Amino acid sequence: MSDAVLPLRRAAPIGEALAGLMLTAPAAIAYAVMLLLPTLAAVALAFTDYELGMPGFAWIGLDNFSELLADRGFAVSLRNTVIYVGIVTPLSIALGLGAALLIEAGIRGRALFRAVFFLPVVSLTVAMAAAWQYLLHPTIGPLNAALRRLGIADPPFWLSSSDWVLASLAAIGVWENLGYTMVLFLAGLTAIPRELYAAAQMDGARRAVDRFRLVTWPLLGPTTLFVVTITLIRSVRVFDTVAVLTQGGPNRASEVLLYTMYREGFTYLRLGYSAAITLVFLVIVLGLVWLQTKALDRKIHYG
Amino acid sequence: MDERRSWLADAPRLLLLAALGLLVLAPYVWMVSASLKPLDELFRASLALWPERFFAVENYGKVFARVPVFQYIWNGIVVCAGILAFQLLFAVPAGYALAKLRFPGRDIAFGAVMLGLLVPPHVPALPLYVGFSQLGMLNTYAALILPFTISVFAIFLFRQFFKALPDELIHAARLDGMSEAGIVWRVVLPNAWPAATAFAIFSVVAHWNDLFWPLIVVEGPSRATPALGVLFFRSDEAGDDFAALMAAAVIMTAPLVLAFLFAQRRFVEGIATTGLKG
Repeated sequence: MSDAVLPLRRAAPIGEALAGLMLTAPAAIAYAVMLLLPTLAAVALAFTDYELGMPGFAWIGLDNFSELLADRGFAVSLRNTVIYVGIVTPLSIALGLGAALLIEAGIRGRALFRAVFFLPVVSLTVAMAAAWQYLLHPTIGPLNAALRRLGIADPPFWLSSSDWVLASLAAIGVWENLGYTMVLFLAGLTAIPRELYAAAQMDGARRAVDRFRLVTWPLLGPTTLFVVTITLIRSVRVFDTVAVLTQGGPNRASEVLLYTMYREGFTYLRLGYSAAITLVFLVIVLGLVWLQTKALDRKIHYG
Repeated sequence: MDERRSWLADAPRLLLLAALGLLVLAPYVWMVSASLKPLDELFRASLALWPERFFAVENYGKVFARVPVFQYIWNGIVVCAGILAFQLLFAVPAGYALAKLRFPGRDIAFGAVMLGLLVPPHVPALPLYVGFSQLGMLNTYAALILPFTISVFAIFLFRQFFKALPDELIHAARLDGMSEAGIVWRVVLPNAWPAATAFAIFSVVAHWNDLFWPLIVVEGPSRATPALGVLFFRSDEAGDDFAALMAAAVIMTAPLVLAFLFAQRRFVEGIATTGLKG
């Protein structure tokens, strides 16, 4: 950061310092009031038994966390979140990469298909969740109507079956995310110099698969790492579809981390306990970022 | 990488893309189709996309008659515009100062920005809710807008962008006697238009679609955003009336999707550049 001596530095050192402070002041105040203090308060809250509407609160140390460890509901919620993330991340990355490669491989239909795959990213999640609810409806939904026509007499109840609800939500999650990963991969692909493909072909990489293995995949490394992290973080945050479609049900089969946090905090008003769940969530997110930095350190990267 | 391929050679690629594309579009197709059908046709679960009896007027009419659609959309516009205006107002000067000025505490400020990038908005939500509720500010535009007025991501994005602007540009403006604030808004920002549009699109998409925070601070229709509007309609009015529910979903999805279709390239680039830097 302390790079080259800027000519403007000598022009007005005091004036410049003053200007710098004044220009950052609004952002700094908003940062302190809306981000820093509430975040610290959330951390502090996790060590109290504060409940909204109660007159006071007590510091209870790690009690919230030991309650979390013993809480079956929380264990289910954590497990469901892991399963959801475990389905959504690999599938939306694989499909996004596939779509990006197919789009890049030719000229025809580029803009059209890019727009089609990207559409879910800009669509109102709540409204599209309602559309999915109709699509997956056990009796009147087109999906089950089609399955019945294909001779499957008892198609699953999808969102209202505790065996299928997570898979159904994950399918919606993949549908939402694949356009996003595709766009990121497209940006990464355009950064690969064309000449490398020609060179690989001269060196005997005749088949597209070989060129992918030799050129595309290694050069896409940093992009892929970034896409993996961002998709993990985006899918750990799953909330909207659960809040709209299942409210964690049936039988807690779709209870996920942020929804549990929301319900404990804003329905039962147990803010201390909810803050403890928030901290677990924060630690997971920070852990993912930390893993990314670790992986970045080890990887050779280009550009 | 053959640039000019025959349709025949291109066919497998196009077929695969079309198949995947149809899967992605399926929810939209069925949503629109259901919004045009009468309820009894829906309950027969026929696989015909085109309605036997055209019921669009009734379904859409029901939505407009029962819920304040324009109020929801207006709330969405006010909230998104308010958030974006404050984000730019705070982040552009801060980004400029961090990129081009030397002042005490600059490194700490930049460290705070990087740290802020790591905190998801769900973390400060509980204390912010308590604060707004103590101040009697629940169910106001202020409660919907204020928590997002500071975007560390915007500061970071603008700082990166401004760093690449030539110092001579700023130096020349200073020699012309322009104040630092004048430089920010009249010299630096006009040169940062690509970053500003990219960020604007990112911000509007995020907040138009957000459900978490509005669900926490809003009760009733007066301040409900489109996302909440669909949720209310779904639980109160529609029940099993999927035809009307799909009509409501179409109406609320339309504004942003139309904006996207008109300015596709900008949207995709906006999300890609902001995404890659996030």
